[in-house]
Amino acid sequence: MATPMIELDRVAKHYGGQAAVADVSFTIDKGEFIALMGPSGCGKTTTLRMIAGLDQPSSGEIRLWGRRLNEDAPWERDAPLVWQSYALFPFLSVRKNVEFGLKQRRLPAPERRKKAEEWMERLGIAGFAERGIDQLSGGQRQRVALARALALEPEMLLLDEPLSALDPHLRVRMQSELVRLHRELGITFICVTHSHSEAFAMADRVVIMNEGRIQQIGAPREIHRRAANRFVAEFVGGNNLFTGTARVEANGAIALESPVGTVHAPAPSEGGPASGTTATLVVPADRIELASAGTGTGNEVTARVVTVEFVGTTVTVFLETEGGGELRAQRSLHEIENTPLAVGQPVVARWSPSQGFFLPG
Amino acid sequence: MSMAALRRLLLLAYTALVFAFIFAPIVSTIVFSFNADRFPSLPWGGFSLQWYEAIFADATIQRGLTNSLVVAGATCIIATFLGFSAAYVDYRYRFLGKSVYLALAALPPTVPVVILGVALLTFEGRVGLSGTLQGIIVGHVVLSTPFAMALVRMRLADLDPDIERAAWNLGASPWATMFGVIVPFCLPAILAALFLTAAVSFDEFMIAWFVSGVNETLPVRVLAMLQGQVSPRINAIGAIVFGVSITLIVLAQLLLGRLSGRAARRKG
Repeated sequence: MATPMIELDRVAKHYGGQAAVADVSFTIDKGEFIALMGPSGCGKTTTLRMIAGLDQPSSGEIRLWGRRLNEDAPWERDAPLVWQSYALFPFLSVRKNVEFGLKQRRLPAPERRKKAEEWMERLGIAGFAERGIDQLSGGQRQRVALARALALEPEMLLLDEPLSALDPHLRVRMQSELVRLHRELGITFICVTHSHSEAFAMADRVVIMNEGRIQQIGAPREIHRRAANRFVAEFVGGNNLFTGTARVEANGAIALESPVGTVHAPAPSEGGPASGTTATLVVPADRIELASAGTGTGNEVTARVVTVEFVGTTVTVFLETEGGGELRAQRSLHEIENTPLAVGQPVVARWSPSQGFFLPG
Repeated sequence: MSMAALRRLLLLAYTALVFAFIFAPIVSTIVFSFNADRFPSLPWGGFSLQWYEAIFADATIQRGLTNSLVVAGATCIIATFLGFSAAYVDYRYRFLGKSVYLALAALPPTVPVVILGVALLTFEGRVGLSGTLQGIIVGHVVLSTPFAMALVRMRLADLDPDIERAAWNLGASPWATMFGVIVPFCLPAILAALFLTAAVSFDEFMIAWFVSGVNETLPVRVLAMLQGQVSPRINAIGAIVFGVSITLIVLAQLLLGRLSGRAARRKG
């Protein structure tokens, strides 16, 4: 097997008695876009900082192309970071900021200038090369921070919450620009974010962390369709979790006595719940259709509309069954145009059994 | 006249009086330094530069001025270097006893200068520094370093700790970061500290008086002259000393004003 580019091998970081990172192992291949995602305090930023050398692991090993990296000082590593606060040098012009790293490498001034020019051009900040940092908007600062890191032409780029300080409309634009840069440069991107929409929109693989441990690693689609545990299923959002008593049926499928009624789902290929045990079924909200009347096939739950939430062209409908069970459905606006959704109105929520999956026991 | 306008007028008059009270002695010194008469009395005896000519012809005053400039020059460089270092240690590191370190570093200006002068005299007498310019410089460094440290600390408080790490992250060694990031960032405060410590040293009388011996600085010379006779030359010296000190302090204030103006804009 080829050596992965970056390996984290049972890495832990303790501050005093507190474990910021408890035990983390994963590998990153060259050219991947990896997102480290989790709630604040989950250890994702500490993990990133350990890769940059700004924090020292308390135990475990970080390797780059198979070589132990732990003792390398931050200035000896080739892992520029785009800071959440941008951390631009306030007393230097845009150009001097972009040239800073090149200067440290003792690149002659003309080459330095040429490279800086190239990257400023590429990131659309060449127009204010001579301006000071305090004369820039947030989005422009972000670009300077990116240019400053990328001018080093590194084999990996580290990003710490790169979009969190931007206005919502800029965020979406920057997000697609990061994806484009990643594709064009072909280098490894490691991005820390607390937002699952950012992580899922940009990354090839997502590492979900909680309380210093990895909860799941996988491609966005995989994580969405096969959450490894309850934390992941709840954290990525948009999932219905039904917990109840399982019953294995004659055809091998499993029926679950849940708060929303009896629902069906296929048994997982291995380790499915046995009859009489408690199991949790996950049904993505975007797989639940709404109709005014049932058809008698698949899973059908009759419930009353509690709230209707519009986010852009997506509508989330919160429902409550007679028995007090809650579920939600996410549809795009045009799909439910003809379905009356007044609050209190009874509707039928339906989904095919194959859309649900059980969390591993 | 309305109440508000009256109140405003009274406030203005009061402020003018306070300033007049503070500046009258200085202004009279400067005015009478150009007076042709031997005695400072009104009416003015006519404009003259004779007292300035007299002091520039007086070798003891010339020596005093040279000594003062040498001492101020050396003091401001050493004190600013030490103050910067002390402030950076405070910014960069956490360690046991840091509050004690800070308290000790800020202590010298709170000690009455007479005590400081006597202590320096006895101490320097033992190590063979008393009566030398180096001895005065040591005393002035002790007195003025805390001011330099306070100025640099104020500036460093505005430096995002991520910025230093960002420099490391971009391949700058700690030394390269010191000279490429920390010093340039602190430069206005460092310049202000140079001017302020120079001003403190140039004006300082008590320590210099105890320690200087035959190497009198200008303030010490002035007092020696005053003890002998009251000469209008004193006015001329006073005007010069005031001019130098106020220039240094105004420069320091301008630099600091630019700093705080920028900080306010960033926060706003």
